[in-house]
Amino acid sequence: MREVAVIGVGMSQWGELWKKSLRQIFVDAALAAIGDAGVDKIDSMYVGCMSSGLFVGQEHLASLLADYVGVAGISAARVESACASGGVAFRSGYIEVASGISDIVLVGGVEKMTDVSGDGATYALATAADQEYEGYQGVTFPGLYAMMASDHMRRFGTTREQIAHVAVKNHKHGAMNPRAQYPYEITVDAVLKSVLVADPLRILDCSPITDGAAAVILCPLDAAKKFTKKPLIKVTGSGSSTDTIALHDREDFCEFAATKRAAERAYKMAGVGPSDISLAEVHDCFTIAEICVIEALGFVERGEGGKAAESGLTALGGRIPVNTSGGLKSKGHPVGATGVAQIVEITEQLRGESGKRQVKGARRGLTQNMGGTGGSTVVHILEVA
Amino acid sequence: MFPARYWREIPQRYRLEAEKCKRCGRICFPPRSKCPKCGSMEFDAVRLSEGGVVRTFTVIRVAPSQFSDQAPYAVGIVELDGGVKITTQIVDCPLDKIHVGQKVRVEFRRIQEDGSAGILCYGYKCVPVS
Ligand SMILES: [Zn+2]
Repeated sequence: MREVAVIGVGMSQWGELWKKSLRQIFVDAALAAIGDAGVDKIDSMYVGCMSSGLFVGQEHLASLLADYVGVAGISAARVESACASGGVAFRSGYIEVASGISDIVLVGGVEKMTDVSGDGATYALATAADQEYEGYQGVTFPGLYAMMASDHMRRFGTTREQIAHVAVKNHKHGAMNPRAQYPYEITVDAVLKSVLVADPLRILDCSPITDGAAAVILCPLDAAKKFTKKPLIKVTGSGSSTDTIALHDREDFCEFAATKRAAERAYKMAGVGPSDISLAEVHDCFTIAEICVIEALGFVERGEGGKAAESGLTALGGRIPVNTSGGLKSKGHPVGATGVAQIVEITEQLRGESGKRQVKGARRGLTQNMGGTGGSTVVHILEVA
Repeated sequence: MFPARYWREIPQRYRLEAEKCKRCGRICFPPRSKCPKCGSMEFDAVRLSEGGVVRTFTVIRVAPSQFSDQAPYAVGIVELDGGVKITTQIVDCPLDKIHVGQKVRVEFRRIQEDGSAGILCYGYKCVPVS
């Protein structure tokens, strides 16, 4: 296998982009990444997208987007794994460059979610759960994560306030990210007084509905210096795993087994452990998710995830800053783009380009992107080469 | 939901048809072709137990449109006697009286009204037993 570097990153603005089409949002991110990398050709492309069919009535995305990026003729494929689509697309691109099949690969992620009504978006997102045995019974995504939250609170004594601290922390980070959908700070009190969605989770525990795209360019590490003068960021670990899609089929309702396995594989490949990571972007689709994820990644002991948010351990300046971009919660969650945007944030942090939210001395970053209630998870480790 | 899919699911929804692995005894609901525990492909048809216990639950306040007339309503994960776990509404009980460990029984109810065609969909819900 060849060593692989990320040599270009790009993002569109994230938010409610009513005046822009899906293809335009994607092209904005892709051209930014191509410009950042300094490449003049693309050999192959992967697009992470969960549900353009339900959100905008368009399938066959890989060809459409290759055409509009101006590279029709290349190999292109769309990758779908619900909210992990972007992360799985990145892994596909990584494997293609590592294997030697292609040299320059563009990995993008996109979702255009605000062209449908709120109920339409809820319906599309619900297809990431087991439609026949979960959705049919009237449970929603917030409802599934709410059941994880109450399990975590009951078993580990996690408090409602601790869970709220995840949202407060991520908004504090996101307030420093000009591309974020909701770049402002919130308080614990505001979270606890916001509308109940599914007990005990409230609206400010939930990531928003977002339009947005992100893109990165991959190439062999040996060739990377030809294109860019920026610090080279090497992919040193890639792990992927699945779990039962239905939450009820798991032995433990608040442990992300797929995240544990994906992380173990990525750590092993990179030859590092949780304590070697400078910062991480993780899948905080709901506040409780970040708590369970940082436990599964080994950043804290089982049951300690709530305390980590409350104590500042996972804030900028803490032992292991988590979601410096603002996370899904503040930056937004265009589902297919999220996993790719995590790579963008880590790459910029490792290059030292993150401005006010820069983690000082960041050398090694981790991304964790998951689908549904954790039925799929991808973990990547990136390092300064 | 398309009618064909709905009819296909009736053996599970109406008759609680499950299968028990001949080798390791794991009960699969819905039935599977290969046991996720031991890999065996031989099963005996069994009916799911109707008794169970609430393992975790929530109250849905913001519901999908086909359930909005029922909100707020409780949904939980119930572990039935024999080990199968199902996601199900917990009904006929004040929302603030539901708790983890509560004993429940499976009953048949109307689940949702599907779209403007108004197809009534039936299935299982759980009610508390004292
Ligand atoms: Zn078996």
